[in-house]
Amino acid sequence: MAHLPLLSITTFLPLVGALAILLLRGGEEETARIARWIALWISLATFAVSVEVWAAFDPGRADFQLIEKADWLPDFNIGYRMGIDGISLFFVLLSTFLTPICVVSSWLAVTRRVREYMIAFLVLETLMVGMFCALDLIVFYMFFEGVLIPMFLIIGVWGGPRRVYAAFKFFLFTLLGSVLMLLAILAIYFATGTTDITEALAYNFPPNLQIWLWLAFFASFAVKVPMWPVHTWLPDAHVEAPTAGSVILAGVLLKMGGYGFIRFSLPMFPDASATFAPMVYTLSVVAIIYTSLVALAQQDMKKLIAYSSVAHMGFVTIGIFTVTPEGLQGAMIQMLSHGVVSAALFLCVGVVYDRLHTREIARYGGLVNNMPRYALAFMIFMLASVGLPGTSGFVGEFLSLIGAYQVNTWVAFLATTGLILGAAYMLYLYRRVVFGTITKDDVRAMLDLSPREVLIFAPMIAVVLWMGIYPSSFLRPMQPSLANLIERVQVSERAHGALAER
Amino acid sequence: MIASPNFMPALPEMFLGGCAMLLLLIGAYSGDRAARVVSWLAVAALAATLALVLYVPYTAGLTRQVSLFGMFVTDGLGYFAKTLVILGSALSLVISMRFNAREGLARCEFPVLVLIATAGMMMMIAANDLIALYLGLELQSLALYVLASFARDSVRSTEAGLKYFVLGAVASGMLLYGASLVYGFAGTTNFDSLSKLFADSDAPGIGLITGIVFIAVGLAFKISAVPFHMWTPDVYEGSPTPVTAFFSVAPKTAALVLFVRVMVEPFGGLLAEWRQIIWAIAVASMLLGAIAAINQKNIKRLMAYSSIGHVGYALIGLAAGSAAGVRGILIYMAIYLFMNIGTFAVILCMRRQGKLVEGIDDLAGLSRTHPGLALALAIFMFSMAGIPPLAGFFAKLYIFLAAIDAGLYALAVIGVVTSVVGAFYYLRIVKLMYFDEPKGAFDRPFGGEVQAVMLVAALVIMFFFVWPNPLVNGADAVAAALFAG
Repeated sequence: MAHLPLLSITTFLPLVGALAILLLRGGEEETARIARWIALWISLATFAVSVEVWAAFDPGRADFQLIEKADWLPDFNIGYRMGIDGISLFFVLLSTFLTPICVVSSWLAVTRRVREYMIAFLVLETLMVGMFCALDLIVFYMFFEGVLIPMFLIIGVWGGPRRVYAAFKFFLFTLLGSVLMLLAILAIYFATGTTDITEALAYNFPPNLQIWLWLAFFASFAVKVPMWPVHTWLPDAHVEAPTAGSVILAGVLLKMGGYGFIRFSLPMFPDASATFAPMVYTLSVVAIIYTSLVALAQQDMKKLIAYSSVAHMGFVTIGIFTVTPEGLQGAMIQMLSHGVVSAALFLCVGVVYDRLHTREIARYGGLVNNMPRYALAFMIFMLASVGLPGTSGFVGEFLSLIGAYQVNTWVAFLATTGLILGAAYMLYLYRRVVFGTITKDDVRAMLDLSPREVLIFAPMIAVVLWMGIYPSSFLRPMQPSLANLIERVQVSERAHGALAER
Repeated sequence: MIASPNFMPALPEMFLGGCAMLLLLIGAYSGDRAARVVSWLAVAALAATLALVLYVPYTAGLTRQVSLFGMFVTDGLGYFAKTLVILGSALSLVISMRFNAREGLARCEFPVLVLIATAGMMMMIAANDLIALYLGLELQSLALYVLASFARDSVRSTEAGLKYFVLGAVASGMLLYGASLVYGFAGTTNFDSLSKLFADSDAPGIGLITGIVFIAVGLAFKISAVPFHMWTPDVYEGSPTPVTAFFSVAPKTAALVLFVRVMVEPFGGLLAEWRQIIWAIAVASMLLGAIAAINQKNIKRLMAYSSIGHVGYALIGLAAGSAAGVRGILIYMAIYLFMNIGTFAVILCMRRQGKLVEGIDDLAGLSRTHPGLALALAIFMFSMAGIPPLAGFFAKLYIFLAAIDAGLYALAVIGVVTSVVGAFYYLRIVKLMYFDEPKGAFDRPFGGEVQAVMLVAALVIMFFFVWPNPLVNGADAVAAALFAG
């Protein structure tokens, strides 16, 4: 049966919107107003299509679904191939879920070059969705690296005072990582004769080649995740980016690294993954403890949340490389949860920043008195970030730690200390910003959440609680794909174990 | 009595030469008033030449044909490269007219010199003998020396021409010396005989190797590869901007293709020897192109260093010494042509209160004052940095594909790392245009054909990924035919 190319529609619908905005003519005010509405409706429509993708997705199957193929460079066996499995499904949804939120959150906050701003976000959405759907390495790479252009412009044009430095750092750090991956992709192409991801996933690379390819992919994904010690671009980028930029950065772009590890590093290079797993654990544990301590000392709200992101992604990388069902599911949920929660936390910062134009923690205090609704929303996300049972954060961290415990108790133990530190810095932040008495007049004059802001936070709260209370709706579709992945890694390990015995 | 040789394969070159003479006569009789007409006629002549060039492969396919006593070869590589060169020349001419008129450079000699240089380049590309090679190269170079100093009232332009001439003469001398050494030790200057010679003997003498090194040096000068690049920044900066645009596309493509032909055809048997040279100058060019450009203040100088870097990438394809490598070079040069012509079309429009400005800082805030120009230039800059989905990414992709295929892993890694360094200065231009506050608007940019060229180039670069097959398959067929023998 011929079905609609749902994935292509999800991917390229935002681009159509961007083109429509580009063609707008008229005065600055007028085009800005229309651009906002176009961006909103297009991103909502895209979200609707992606929900349809979820509905059309068969959760019982482990392989790729909704596959679309078109010739592109047939002589090189490079083609436009799209498809999703249980792993990529929710990242697509996450991207399409956050984009309308970004559009609404910048409704009033962005007043300069609104048209270009909306175009940048819609293009970004196309690239993100395309990257998660791509089933061809070259196509994947094009989306993966193409993301840099709109993000560079978003940070650089609409960012804070040190935006130029941050934008360059972001661009060059990630570019350096990804060009090495490009070479690895070419090497894979010569080994397998195709850039089809499904074929590359089934191919058994010789172990010594795996080492080099794994390192090249690692260079790219580790910068994206980001792992300690290549995380330094993240606090700068977050602090300088506009609120919606931070939302996408924390919500989706960081997940590109984790997704890459699960999609490519584990199944394609299982032996190398096993070899390097201790290194990943070490880096992750260092990241969790070190960045948590750094977060404790921050004076800037955005910087604090940025460092907490590095720590949370540390749990993800640990979970992934345990290659246990619990660890991988935990990593997936942790990524989705972090995608929503940290995005929401950046929006919380954005709310007070829009009113007082500072992110300095000490400038606030006592907000619970005059902004009770804000205090409630902030509390929910703060607790989800800490990992309170009943919220999405708990499920992710708990499962990741179970996975870690099965592999190495020390890793689990050290990572758990990160939970305690995480609670410390988040609660400390919350206390300083929300509790206490109001001492400053400008803080007292701040207004509570507007209906527009309530509209932003309500769906995010719903998702956080849904994921925390009934995670099965998210876990079930991904389980077959993850089980398939684990089996592939174990088969390879057994094969090489047998080889070693002989 | 010798039978009259078959001149038909050289028809396009002869036609172009004839057109140049004719236009010179028209110019001489009607004076500089006719500059614009002569320029358009020159473009028409180039278009007709292109049709003549493409007629043969269109009707008879990519068969290799040697004529004129073994001096002249027509093959796929030649058709492809001639197409690029003619396109580059024609586009440069098109964007030059309004600029020249405004700068008081609208003279009839300009299009004529471009035509003569183009004819020289086509002869270079078609050379099948060291003598023919030298003739084509000199015809091209002499016309280019004059073009470089075309703004004869400008000290910088005169300096550029003189510098280009002196250093170019040295390089030609080296090339000639190398050719004489090769002749002395091999007894022939014909590419086919040389090719046979090296295929049979496995240990070439030191004299031959020295000769090849000198030839490589001369050619490396012409493509401005490090360490023979010294002239490039000064000549690029000093020459009138349309001339710089012309320099950066047409002669570069011609010389690079000639380099490929000389290395692959007569000296193909010595891949292991000359690969070391190419390897070293590729690395040096990429490094210098990336690092030296960082601190440039003048946009034309920056483009000079950028072109040095790009030559480095293209040379990776030559170092691969395979059909994949040559394919990569051809794709690279085709895409590079559009990126560069587009960029120079934007640079031509940099003018404030009637005065040319060339500082990179003058681009500040361009996105506010001239959004169209800024968008076009941003597309070209991201493309030069090799960011997908722009065409520049594919140019690099096919080069690195060849490098990995040939096992040149170190070269590939150095290449991608320098491309990250190079990305910095391309980004700097985007930063100036988009992040910084305007310094004051430019004069109204040239409309008409300059804008059309800019638009076409931007569209080609932006949407190349939609339909890359024609270029890729064309380059593939040509490269395969070259190696099939």
